[in-house]
Amino acid sequence: MSEAFSRRSFFRGGLSGRGVAAATAGGLGASYVLDMAKAEGRPTRPPGARPEEHFLATCTKCGQCVEACPFGTLKLATAGDEVPAGTPWFEPRDVPCEMCEDVPCARACPSGSLDTQINILDASMGLAVMTDQENCLAYKGLRCEACYRACPLLDEAITLDMKPQERTGRHAYFLPIVHSEACTGCGKCERACVMEKAAIQVLPRDLALGIGGDHYRFGWDEEAIISRDFVAPTSSPQVIDQQGVLDSMNDLSGIEEAP
Amino acid sequence: MSNELTRRTFSKLAVAASVAGTMGFQVPKQAKAAAATSEAGWKWDKSVCRFCGVGCGVMVATQDDKIVAMKGDPESPVNRGLNCIKGYFNAKIQYGADRLTKPLLRKKNGKYAKDGKFEAVSWDEAFDVMAGKFKEYYNANGPDSVAIFGSGQYTIDEGYAAAKLMKAGFRSNNIDPNARHCMASAVAGFIQTFGIDEPAGCYDDIELTDAVVTWGANMAECHPILWSRVTDRKLTHKDMKVINLSTYTNRCSDLADLELIFTPQSDLAILNYIAREMVKRDAIDHDFVDKHCVFATGFTDIGYGLEADHPKEQGQTHRGKAGGHWTITFDEFKESLEPYNAKYTSELCGVPVEKLKELADLYCDRDKKIISFWTMGFNQHTRGTWVNEQMYMVHLLGGKMSKPGSSPFSLTGQPSACGTAREVGVFAHRLPADMVVANGKHRAKSEKLWKLPAKTLNPKVGTHAVKMMRQLRDGKVKFHWSMVTNPFQNFANANEWIKAARTGDNFIVVSDCYPTVSAKVADLVLPAAMIYEKWGSYGNAERRTQHWRQQVKAPGEATGDTWHLLEFAKRFTLAECWKEQPLPGVKVEGSPDGVLPDVLEEAKAMGYKPDQTLYDVLFAHADMKKYEWPDPIADGHGNDIAEHFGFFVQKAFWEEYRTFGIGNGHDLADFDTYHRVRGLRWPVVNGRETQWRFAEGSDPYVKPGEGFNFYGKALKTIPHGGPKGEKTNHAGKAKIFFRPYAAPAEEPDAEYDLWLCTGRVLEHWHSGSMTKRVEELNRAVPHAVIYMHPKDAKERGLNRNDLALLESRRGKVQARIETGGRNRVPRGLIFVPWFDENVLINKLTLDATCPISKETDYKKCAVKISKATA
Repeated sequence: MSEAFSRRSFFRGGLSGRGVAAATAGGLGASYVLDMAKAEGRPTRPPGARPEEHFLATCTKCGQCVEACPFGTLKLATAGDEVPAGTPWFEPRDVPCEMCEDVPCARACPSGSLDTQINILDASMGLAVMTDQENCLAYKGLRCEACYRACPLLDEAITLDMKPQERTGRHAYFLPIVHSEACTGCGKCERACVMEKAAIQVLPRDLALGIGGDHYRFGWDEEAIISRDFVAPTSSPQVIDQQGVLDSMNDLSGIEEAP
Repeated sequence: MSNELTRRTFSKLAVAASVAGTMGFQVPKQAKAAAATSEAGWKWDKSVCRFCGVGCGVMVATQDDKIVAMKGDPESPVNRGLNCIKGYFNAKIQYGADRLTKPLLRKKNGKYAKDGKFEAVSWDEAFDVMAGKFKEYYNANGPDSVAIFGSGQYTIDEGYAAAKLMKAGFRSNNIDPNARHCMASAVAGFIQTFGIDEPAGCYDDIELTDAVVTWGANMAECHPILWSRVTDRKLTHKDMKVINLSTYTNRCSDLADLELIFTPQSDLAILNYIAREMVKRDAIDHDFVDKHCVFATGFTDIGYGLEADHPKEQGQTHRGKAGGHWTITFDEFKESLEPYNAKYTSELCGVPVEKLKELADLYCDRDKKIISFWTMGFNQHTRGTWVNEQMYMVHLLGGKMSKPGSSPFSLTGQPSACGTAREVGVFAHRLPADMVVANGKHRAKSEKLWKLPAKTLNPKVGTHAVKMMRQLRDGKVKFHWSMVTNPFQNFANANEWIKAARTGDNFIVVSDCYPTVSAKVADLVLPAAMIYEKWGSYGNAERRTQHWRQQVKAPGEATGDTWHLLEFAKRFTLAECWKEQPLPGVKVEGSPDGVLPDVLEEAKAMGYKPDQTLYDVLFAHADMKKYEWPDPIADGHGNDIAEHFGFFVQKAFWEEYRTFGIGNGHDLADFDTYHRVRGLRWPVVNGRETQWRFAEGSDPYVKPGEGFNFYGKALKTIPHGGPKGEKTNHAGKAKIFFRPYAAPAEEPDAEYDLWLCTGRVLEHWHSGSMTKRVEELNRAVPHAVIYMHPKDAKERGLNRNDLALLESRRGKVQARIETGGRNRVPRGLIFVPWFDENVLINKLTLDATCPISKETDYKKCAVKISKATA
């Protein structure tokens, strides 16, 4: 790994990959998010893509990244796609990103829309999300986990959580869990899902990830969390409304029966 | 749907019901009622999964002669309603767009021609040409010139029909299954150690054990449902230990407490190290060993199963007597183990001493119940028989054998490697129920049960699978018929055999359901029905026999393999086959050497007529025809084979077949019983199945007071002290073999500098002919890739995803490189799965075999790799 202390580079060096926050979303909510992402024109972009606004402002639609892609993953949006025409994108379910070590697409970008120096392991094309646990075969107890075995960062971006199956009393569940710190959004998992419609899908990261409160640390994982992204609480100094307290204290309505 | 249900409620119910339909979830009454209406016309019936040797039960739903749904059978004790994703897609395997539905023959100018193009022909024309070519070769060159390559995917009745047609009809023992590539070393290990084939224990051991050790078995991917059981045991039993031994990191290591990645072939040394530690630490169950075991060893200069002129075979004096063995004393056994100390073993296998010690600690623990699982890593090994026997050595020494939770367990890769290939005896040397052609008593018993004249059966062991291909190339085998398998993709050194088939003076017949590599190499292709298009039965790895009914009709003119065999048999008379036959090397009492006697006179005395066909005499005699069709056990299901032949063929064959095993340690229940239960583990005596063979209280063949009895009869009378020592009978005893380390047949060198190991992935099965046709599975894993260590790649200027050229001394293929992913190989070794017909990896593999079992080593040969030039 060349870049020191990039987000994932650090994660990969410093953590086992297990026991960190998992990226999952429940049933209908996630498909809704996916629809919303499409409606907002937020497609899966090539590795190294700048934030969407910046990307759209700078992309010259030259197509050099598409040209450079050895696997036919990238394509230029045409009229009718839910993506601004002429910009590069890909649909993981059709052709996922193969995560070339030399990232030829990004290297080819002349406009700065793609970070030409991107380390593919730090790419952030999106985030794989188990969009439908309800129908995922692994969550039913079947031995599938095709997404896990298709993951180029297997045991880092996707791990398996094993649990006993009470119904049979003799088998185990092998539950795929996505880890946002390692997932690049390449979409190999979405491609590999054997369902008619994939139960794991790549979503824009900011739509997919929840944000926890600043105030709480996971006791069993404190060291890791702090070393990665500890930010001191930012709330303003406490201002106490003395009059409000008094008013509240003197308000017996609903407590004292009316005479 | 009642009015008070809103649109939203309806859509929610629809989702819930469809989920329930596949998985048997609890659903509300309203949803159940709605589903009942839409599924009212479905007929559910029990069956089994088409794929691996685990033998999961499935339920099949049909409507209008189509499979409309499938589910794991919740009543199956193996899988309790679960499946892996191959099982999940069983319903789709029969519906590929390129199913073969007509016989196809290579023709030129309207006539059969080897260099012709395939044309659709009628069944009559197909059989006319096929029987014509067969007779041309058979009449000129005798029974040795024809061969059937069968399968561990044959249903039991198919394997039985094929073996009987070849052995009793054509009097040729040239029938061998693809199980030769899969299980032969396990068989040889069982027979030499216990005198009887197949595991003593069963899957129930998993829920009772304290430790699972996997040896060359990627169970996590290749036996997914059993691995689910191992995982559950690990999660719910606090002291449970899992150790994974392999030549590369596979998914079993996810669960393992300890992983040992060893240098290919050094498993032989590791097992001896364990035994040495057991002796040294006195971890031996002396009472068990004294009462129930003897010590043995055998020849060591046995070669590598390569062809006689290969440099590796020179000076290998006992390559023709590889199985020879004799008893030795415990002191001799102990002394033989002496070199395998921790330091020597560690240097040989590349595993640190501490890890070896931890492994030995487990096997030395008297209180621990242990299951050792193995599959192709042991069996596909130039010392496959030895390494199987060494595993038994370790378990027998510790008395961890035939006891609940303690079991050395040989897994199988095919759904009926046990039930068909092994139990029916679809091998060049076998007869049903562990009998062999070389044994006069066994032939006599078989002749009696098959109602054949004495001396009909040929006593000369036929050509095993690998030799069959070599003889095809050498022009000795001229008629080669493969069924339910894909030999030209699955034989090592494939280029040689593909060339022989396409250019030699021979006739290649392939019974197949899709245009596989083998079908394309053939001269004649017979379209075959698939699993749920016929009645059938399989036997899984824990001796569980499971039957199913025909669910739907086969498409077009495709028919079951039994149909192929029986129709072919109609084209031969007794006079053509039971006459005197030239057979070089055969010795039959009362006949000149090199001749199979004429048995027609005795046949006449038995009431047969020389112009009767093999079909009449072998398959449609009066005892068979008393099994009438229709039969109430069908419960409304069709049977195209029975309709065609006019009697209940599968039931008739079953009832005749099981007479071989009754009272003989191989007892099977009657046909109808299997249609009422979820399989039974043989021996089935008085309606009771057997969980632990050889153990008093569980195995009906062990008498009260015996404790254990290894009652298998084969190879029990052997010499002592050496090949010429005095012979003693060791009835009831198991043998603890000492087997030494032996170098592999081919190793990486300066030019071919990497080990090649081949194997499977979860998503595909065998040569991919079925799973590649399931769109979802194909999308999940579309290509075979080369798993390679990132540093090995870098050193050669290769990157992940590069298209690479992979070459051995025998052939080359191109595939993409994967430096991460599911398999993490050590430096110096690459792994390539063999399912992909576009990456015919067996063009590179070496056809070296275990000289005892004749099973090919697909796990070790030397290759080199470079960037492919576009």
